[in-house]
Amino acid sequence: MPSNAPLGTPTKVTQGSPTKGGIGESTLRPDGTLKVTGEFAYSSDMWHEDMLWGQILRSTVAHAEIVSIDTVEALKTPGVYAVMTYDDLPTDVKNYGLEIRDTPVLAHGKVRHHGEPVAIVAADHPETARRAAAKIKVEYRELPVITDESSATAPDAILIHEGRDDHHIGHVPHPNIVHRQPIVRGDVASARERADFIVKGEYTFGMQDQAFLGPESGLAVPAEDGGVDLYIATQWLHSDLKQIAPVLGLPEDKVRMTLSGVGGAFGGREDLSMQIHACLLALRTGKPVKIVYNRFESFFGHVHRHPAKLYYEHGATKDGKLTHLKARIVLDGGAYASASPAVVGNASSLGAGPYVVEDVDIEAIALYTNNPPCGAMRGFGAVQACFAYEAQMDKLADEVGMDRVAFRQLNAMEQGTLMPTGQVVDSPAPVAELLRRVQAMPMPPEQQWLTAGEAADVRQLPGGLSNTTHGEGVVRGVGYAVGIKNVGFSEGFDDYSTAKVRLEVVGGEPVAVVHTAMAEVGQGGVTVHAQIARTELGVTQVTIHPADTQVGSAGSTSASRQTYVTGGAVKNSCELVREKVLELGRRKFGTYHPAWATAELLLEGGKVVTDGGEVLAHLADVLEGETVEIEAEWRHRPTEAFDLHTGQGFGHVQYTFAAHRAVVEVDTELGLVKVIELACAQDVGKALNPLSVVGQIQGGTTQGLGVAVMEEIIVDPKTAKVRNPSFTDYLIPTILDTPTIPVDVLELADDHAPYGLRGIGEAPTLSSTPAVLAAIRNATGLELNRTPVRPEHLTGT
Amino acid sequence: MDFLRPASWEEALAAKAEHPTAVPIAGGTDVMVEINFDHRRPEYLLDLTRVADLYEWEVGEENVRLGASVPYTQIMENLRPELPGLALASHTVASPQIRNRGGVGGNLGTASPAGDAHPALLAAGAEVEAESVRGTRLIPIDAFYTGVKRNALAPDELIRAVHVKKADGPQQYSKVGTRNAMVIAVCAFGLALHPETRTVRTGIGSAAPTPVRAKTAEEFLNAALDEGGFWDNGKVITPSVAKQFADLCAAACNPIDDVRGTASYRRHAVGIMARRTLTWTWESYRGTAARSEGVA
Repeated sequence: MPSNAPLGTPTKVTQGSPTKGGIGESTLRPDGTLKVTGEFAYSSDMWHEDMLWGQILRSTVAHAEIVSIDTVEALKTPGVYAVMTYDDLPTDVKNYGLEIRDTPVLAHGKVRHHGEPVAIVAADHPETARRAAAKIKVEYRELPVITDESSATAPDAILIHEGRDDHHIGHVPHPNIVHRQPIVRGDVASARERADFIVKGEYTFGMQDQAFLGPESGLAVPAEDGGVDLYIATQWLHSDLKQIAPVLGLPEDKVRMTLSGVGGAFGGREDLSMQIHACLLALRTGKPVKIVYNRFESFFGHVHRHPAKLYYEHGATKDGKLTHLKARIVLDGGAYASASPAVVGNASSLGAGPYVVEDVDIEAIALYTNNPPCGAMRGFGAVQACFAYEAQMDKLADEVGMDRVAFRQLNAMEQGTLMPTGQVVDSPAPVAELLRRVQAMPMPPEQQWLTAGEAADVRQLPGGLSNTTHGEGVVRGVGYAVGIKNVGFSEGFDDYSTAKVRLEVVGGEPVAVVHTAMAEVGQGGVTVHAQIARTELGVTQVTIHPADTQVGSAGSTSASRQTYVTGGAVKNSCELVREKVLELGRRKFGTYHPAWATAELLLEGGKVVTDGGEVLAHLADVLEGETVEIEAEWRHRPTEAFDLHTGQGFGHVQYTFAAHRAVVEVDTELGLVKVIELACAQDVGKALNPLSVVGQIQGGTTQGLGVAVMEEIIVDPKTAKVRNPSFTDYLIPTILDTPTIPVDVLELADDHAPYGLRGIGEAPTLSSTPAVLAAIRNATGLELNRTPVRPEHLTGT
Repeated sequence: MDFLRPASWEEALAAKAEHPTAVPIAGGTDVMVEINFDHRRPEYLLDLTRVADLYEWEVGEENVRLGASVPYTQIMENLRPELPGLALASHTVASPQIRNRGGVGGNLGTASPAGDAHPALLAAGAEVEAESVRGTRLIPIDAFYTGVKRNALAPDELIRAVHVKKADGPQQYSKVGTRNAMVIAVCAFGLALHPETRTVRTGIGSAAPTPVRAKTAEEFLNAALDEGGFWDNGKVITPSVAKQFADLCAAACNPIDDVRGTASYRRHAVGIMARRTLTWTWESYRGTAARSEGVA
């Protein structure tokens, strides 16, 4: 029977038993060496005897009616086993979607964005499949494209989705708006009267891609029972399952999913990609079907980070106190809803940043347009807002005449502060302290490109190996930023996880097996689950069972939540197993030692010990041939929805904070940037694996740097087509673009969370971008209201 | 697609004569990308990797004869004194893995305006050794680039080598990309001083339909250096001369707006690179002059 921790009550923070390889140690990833040496099997490496290859035909235009689809030539191609279009879908369920099922499995009557799936092909060779797909003739009647707020909300605008019946349609001002969330608190109009300084800004955030290295891929194997086994790289097996099964017309237990090697995710695998297509083709042909996107297709195969326009007005008194915030955040959700509603919830509720500001009027909306669909990406709505409010903080500090860090510290929230949603921040919020720490770090030396010889070390200069400067035009700048991110799924979502833990004796040794459906996408869950099991059960050997749908849902590997929630579930199940083991022990050995009845007992080093360290029994003797196994769900404290008009509500589970100091050198003549250092301080509550924590912080910092200076999907505003779907032209940082990243980790426990931990993955992605932008502004004196910054913006060309 | 694998240069020429549409492949760093993404599906691929001679180079009195397949890594490591501009350009090519495979023959064969080697070859002064079963000819680099991704090769010709003048003075190469490594040029600039002939040559990449020289800028600078006796007196080039040179280099561009950058930025950046590379090479020339005076 599943057993739940009591809702709403804090989980007791227990000091785990000091077992080797337990929590707090930097144990190494089990897959680390394999990945570094190229031996790890990713989902794209899978192979099955007799398998076919699937290929997706995608729309070449962004907005059009489909006049006709002719598959005759494709079907005639030797080696082709199946060609399917919308008409071949087996049930009445023909759409999928994370929250709103508005995304067609295959286009029906209309395509709404460039690269939308129109038909699928299975053939005995990937090249044959590709060529056959190219022979499908699709006739389009093009429609005008909707690409921004004014074209989306024009009175005569074509509706991207006609006949919407989702639960947001009742409160949005226009059917081309997915969701709208106001956050209103206090009285901005009268607060504005108190302001001595008012700063307004308009900011633009470009479309970032997750750019995970392992493209979308999976293998669907038809089973004898009429079901299908799907091996897949995803972020949430059970969410996929709930969307896949109805389209196939199968009960969920006949769609058995197993996680295969995931090459990164960053939110880009929250939505389905090729899952349903592979299953459809496998069930149609009776053969295993593998689909692997190439890099080009991958850019069309997953959602991106919402590009945004942000309009901010802040006020401050002459002694530097914030008076009010009025903000409007317009997110471009593209053609389908994906995670847009939740991104709106985050952008609005976190739109004020980690500051005390009592009078707030924020509105966030997400648009439906014909641009590429946008959804989850590391930072999830909080990233765009942070870019804007941190730019505002610098401007305000300058207006007031205060040091920029001191100004932030003066207005920084702390434990007990009320969010603009009315939620009390009820765990440590060391915003001022994080800023103090990054500011206190030693500055990197000046002019590091100077060498003992005559030549400049160009690797240390803007332009790097391209040899564009030997110091000419180079100006240093320093910038600071801090951000606030929520952890876990918010707004009343039942954000539980499940863990099955078994303890048994193998060859005289106690072994724990941990089975969850958690998607390991590189975050290190497989490492920390083993650490938790060692700590809680006092065993050395822990086996991590492959993630699949034979165990309950673990929820998504998103929202910085897995260590908290699935880690919490593993801890909880371990505790339940431990209780059972102790019960067994009491029954067997209770009469031999009074401590069995009186003392607090622990499992440590394969033994039952008292809290005083006295050994009562060996686990092997307690268990004898018995196996103790428990599968249990675990929940963090519940949240509630934001009020649709005021945005008030206990919406978030936990908050997390990081601060950055960026040091950049800008070639002001050529507009090239070298980020010299990105120092980060972050509160992680408790570092379960310090090495992984630093890795997450450095990775998130680098992803934030990417969207500051280079990463952007460029969409043609006239055609809504993607112009740079390749790693040739969608640039991500190389090691020469990646600065030194000194990390200062704080561990202030959150008493509500397992071990006091705080989700870590996203916070560093927030403040990294505005810190780099602030440093570039500092070096150049330019206003720079858009990210990423391109050389044209820095040179005025 | 047929894969032709000649064992010798003669066999390669014969195969190219028989199948003029055959696409030569050596490092494969460009051709394979095109094939993998289905941008191009030639009838024949002509694999030159068995022709060992193409991986050789010879340093002669006047020239370096550089085999078409000599990888960029080799140029960087072995030919820096003779071909400093090309060595610097080689440094900017993609990643170490690509530099281990790709060579100048591929850059010339593709003739993309963004090829990294072109500005250095234009500035140094080079000739392309093209051969067919009909015979061998040397195509001056100035006449080699005929259009966007087009060159002066006849359909039955293969590039055997490129003859590059050994440096008789300082050379420089700069390339703008929006990343600090592994990036395709937004624009690039090569400059070579030729003290023996008292001339300066330039090369501009990615800022016109083909790689081009900034001839007006060269003529201006040649005249200005002569007039002021700069080659002899080794004086610092006056800022106004450097600026005029830079402006003329920018004016030699005929760029486009694309996803990598705007036309106006390209023009601007070429001007900056022209000024800087002139300063670097001239300072280096002055340094050399001073040292040789010292020795004398």
